[in-house]
Amino acid sequence: MSSQAQFDAEALISASLPLLGLTLSPESRAVVKLHLETAEAMSRLVREFALPDEAEPAPVFTPVGPS
Amino acid sequence: MSDLHLFDALGVARAVQSGEIRATEVVEAALRRIAALDPTVNAFTDVTAARARARAEALDAARARGEALGPLAGAPFAVKNLFDVAGLPTRAGSRINRERPPSAADSPLITRLEGAGAILLGALNMGEYAYDFTGENAHDGASRNPHDIAHMTGGSSGGSGGAVAGGLATIALGSDTNGSIRVPSSFCGIFGLKPTYGRLTRAGSFPFVASFDHLGPLARSVADLAASYDAMQGPDAADHAQIRRPLEPTLAGLEAGARGLRIATLGGYFARGGDAAAFAAVETAAKALGAKRQVELPEAARARAAAYLITMTEGGALHMDRLRERAADFDPDTRDRLIAGAMLPGAWMVKAQKFRSWFAARVAEVFRDVDVLIAPATPCRAPRIGQRTFVFDGKEMLLRPNIGVFTQPISFAGLPVVAAPLWTAGETLPIAVQIIAAPWREDLALRVACELERSGVASAPVAGAA
Repeated sequence: MSSQAQFDAEALISASLPLLGLTLSPESRAVVKLHLETAEAMSRLVREFALPDEAEPAPVFTPVGPS
Repeated sequence: MSDLHLFDALGVARAVQSGEIRATEVVEAALRRIAALDPTVNAFTDVTAARARARAEALDAARARGEALGPLAGAPFAVKNLFDVAGLPTRAGSRINRERPPSAADSPLITRLEGAGAILLGALNMGEYAYDFTGENAHDGASRNPHDIAHMTGGSSGGSGGAVAGGLATIALGSDTNGSIRVPSSFCGIFGLKPTYGRLTRAGSFPFVASFDHLGPLARSVADLAASYDAMQGPDAADHAQIRRPLEPTLAGLEAGARGLRIATLGGYFARGGDAAAFAAVETAAKALGAKRQVELPEAARARAAAYLITMTEGGALHMDRLRERAADFDPDTRDRLIAGAMLPGAWMVKAQKFRSWFAARVAEVFRDVDVLIAPATPCRAPRIGQRTFVFDGKEMLLRPNIGVFTQPISFAGLPVVAAPLWTAGETLPIAVQIIAAPWREDLALRVACELERSGVASAPVAGAA
């Protein structure tokens, strides 16, 4: 489990931008970094919560038959 | 009749049905009020005056022929501009979407309200792409709180809050993903209903987060909430998240109030961090309802965190192409949150969705012993327009992402909620409580809100008319 100190938002931004085809101004980059750090802190709360492999995600797909 | 703007929707309908007033007079009065006040409160982005006049004339003609009129006959309403309105591009608060072709048809919820006799006045201001709790908008200007125009309406259904609180419409429709009906209800001092997830069709509305998007009404009386909600129920194959339920009307049952219901306040996560006013409102409501028990929703902070991650991820994915091609046309506040969301690992999202199932099951256990829960709606009264930070739990935090701290865990579980506004002597601005029920029990939340309204504890006066 990663810790806040290990999370490198700058590295995530640098890796993601070409993958997503996005560019960022320096001002926006600083704001995106802040949002990513907030999200990482949120994700720790979620990741640290133990759930079994069998736990089902909330969304359930409904197959669609011919009408 | 000079005080028509003080009538609620059912009051208008009674007057129109009895012939005391014509629907055309109602519409002209509403259009005059919009012309007079909207330059200040900035609630409307489109006024559909010709359509409203034509609709009113048709209603008056139907009455003259002796036809029965619907339960909302002549009641003027308006919709957040993410609802499709025939002839208007569905802008969803954005600059980009207003380049879309005009909608060919109305949202089904508009059609259903009109089927009950209500009259559409136009489309309402909102935070860009609904990723907002403030009611501010970089393209259309901030919605302004009719009770004090220096303050926010809350968002993202900001114009919906302003239009109803200002007496510009009797009912407004909004959307609520993480709190966007409940926050403007709290800041603007009106009643708002976020139904159970999957209850009302979302077809014909611009999405934000498919996992959490809900549509619902805001109004100045609980009976108007119930009447409009009743009119909007019903199946629609066009929304695949809608869950088939029988029609479960609520208006006729309101009179029962809180009688026989087990009501508790929410402790723990929901009893700390916010301003004293938020918790005083809960205490006042609980005392009026005789609710002495306090219960907790387990892991509410994690629920909020999971909602936050799912929102970022689904929001970022929805707007990916626009972020790539039209970045300069976004509100920077919205854009940079969406971009961050597009970068989050898929594993976080899936874990958050698994946690949602776990949380919903624990919440269901809580409702074995209690029928209705009371919690704060917002951590503070309406901040000033332009305010960027606030103090929560003793720490200065960004305002925009955190106004929904008390609403997010509730919508994460898909629970029906009525926001009911309370007022304190000496204060200009209100603050609401959330009245929360088990899934599909909108009737119970509305009954308890009705009890608070009937006892004078909660009320939604037109701004300037209190």
